[in-house]
Amino acid sequence: MKRAHRWLQALLFSLLVVLAGSLLPGTYYVTLLNLIGIHIIIVLGLNLLMGYAGQISLGHAAFFGLGAYASGILTATYKVEPVLALAAGLLLSAGVAILVGIPALKLKGYYLAMATLGFGIIVAIALQQLDWLTGGPSGFMGIPPFSLFGWQFQSPTAGFFLVWAMVGFLLFLSLNIVDSRLGRALRAIHDSETAALAMGVDAQRLKLLIFVVSALYASLAGSLLAHTTNFIAPSSFGFMFSIKLVTMVVVGGMASIWGSFLGAAVLTVLPELLAVFHDLEVVIFGLILMVVMIFLPRGLVRGLLDLWEYRQRKKQGR
Amino acid sequence: MALLSLQAVGISFGGLQAVKQVSFQIQPNQIKALIGPNGAGKTTLFNLITGMLTPDHGVITFLDQPIQGLQPFQIAARGISRTFQIVQLFGHMTVLENVMVGRHLRSRAGLVAAALRLPWTRREEADIRSRSLEWLQFVGLADRAAEYAANLPLGHQRLLEIARALATEPKLLLLDEPAAGLDIAETEGLKDFIFAIRERGITVLLVEHDMSLTMEVAEEIVVLDHGELLAEGTPRDIQRHPDVIAAYLGRDWEK
Repeated sequence: MKRAHRWLQALLFSLLVVLAGSLLPGTYYVTLLNLIGIHIIIVLGLNLLMGYAGQISLGHAAFFGLGAYASGILTATYKVEPVLALAAGLLLSAGVAILVGIPALKLKGYYLAMATLGFGIIVAIALQQLDWLTGGPSGFMGIPPFSLFGWQFQSPTAGFFLVWAMVGFLLFLSLNIVDSRLGRALRAIHDSETAALAMGVDAQRLKLLIFVVSALYASLAGSLLAHTTNFIAPSSFGFMFSIKLVTMVVVGGMASIWGSFLGAAVLTVLPELLAVFHDLEVVIFGLILMVVMIFLPRGLVRGLLDLWEYRQRKKQGR
Repeated sequence: MALLSLQAVGISFGGLQAVKQVSFQIQPNQIKALIGPNGAGKTTLFNLITGMLTPDHGVITFLDQPIQGLQPFQIAARGISRTFQIVQLFGHMTVLENVMVGRHLRSRAGLVAAALRLPWTRREEADIRSRSLEWLQFVGLADRAAEYAANLPLGHQRLLEIARALATEPKLLLLDEPAAGLDIAETEGLKDFIFAIRERGITVLLVEHDMSLTMEVAEEIVVLDHGELLAEGTPRDIQRHPDVIAAYLGRDWEK
């Protein structure tokens, strides 16, 4: 029963992706949907860390940047195969995540936020200052499209299918992780680390593990960004973007996989829709966030479900 | 052979000697109680045994292996489980899920296996679920399995903590004031329940303020006062012990 349900979800997801990919007119929508997919990938990982394990990170844009620059530099400057460059980016991000995570995850709450914030700023500055390698503040150009076994993902539509195939795959992985022994242990750590330890959960190791996993998600997203846009600049990987990622997790809903999906999509599209307001764009954006957080504090998905259940009950006259 | 043995265990916080030179043993399949006035160091001793604190000196052995200085999760893996004086449930998880966390030590799906949902992990999950339900039935909470743990009344929360601890299949179960906040009927039920746990071959050490419960349930009692071991013996011995009476009721009463 439950398995059939999963297959149905997978089928529906694939169908939607194929439909969108083949029907959408013009590159604008494809580019926007690619960006949404890339953001969803990062937010899925970050939600495992924040929503499930309860560990905040204000530096996840850094892993996004490491993946993007590893792919960009290795493929454009050193002519490495994109797949190998992507793998190198993942290795680099995992290594950095372990080095940063071991000391940082001993901290809690605000202190962990500060530590990851500092890490994010260091990476952002490094990307700007290492001009000889990264092209400095003006960005890095000429990244070739992704290719696999000689097949090039040249057109925007091909890039679209690549990104959304990855979204689907990572969605599948995340849903499985959350609904497993490890997912329960993560939520247990979130609620009471003391009790989790007493139940035999190696909390420190598990927090580090999920920190590395979330870094891998972000790094993969970075590589996809590099290959689909062909141009990257350090401003995309700074402090502001880390904050935006956290906002996507919270607006979508902590500890909700589908919330990550919705949060990333809404906060990526919203600035585009608000562009008509010109100077007021940022103000209205902030206002919408405030209203959402005040009225749906548990995030969009949970909040809308609650609203729906409430209306159902009202209809039944209860 | 003693199951758990403490030899001259001590710890101090700043200038305060919370536990000093405490030695006692727990035999397999025994029900032992730890009593003492407030601030006597009972919970501190629990925390020392379970690795939440590391003793400044002394040796704690479990199954003849020294365990002091090990991490709490390592000690849990050796077979010591506990409940908490201030209930520490996973409030945002369901009653069943709380017990399922207790199966963490008895299952092994790693990140890759879990992420790919390999066939054997599905069987493992089913096993975790059914065994956890059994423990919920044992404590009588099976009908509340789908509720959030935070929504249970305190009495049920204490039972759930016990079910969660039992799910780890411990050899030694530490109960930290299991009767606190329970009404008379619930306390009565707890009594049978502690005997039922022992029936399953699990050794029990409990800290309890409810004297009638302690005296009826425990085979041996250890009395702590100001961090020191004041007396040890059967409930009858303890009730007559002049130092214990003095510690609880004051010296004046003696005269």
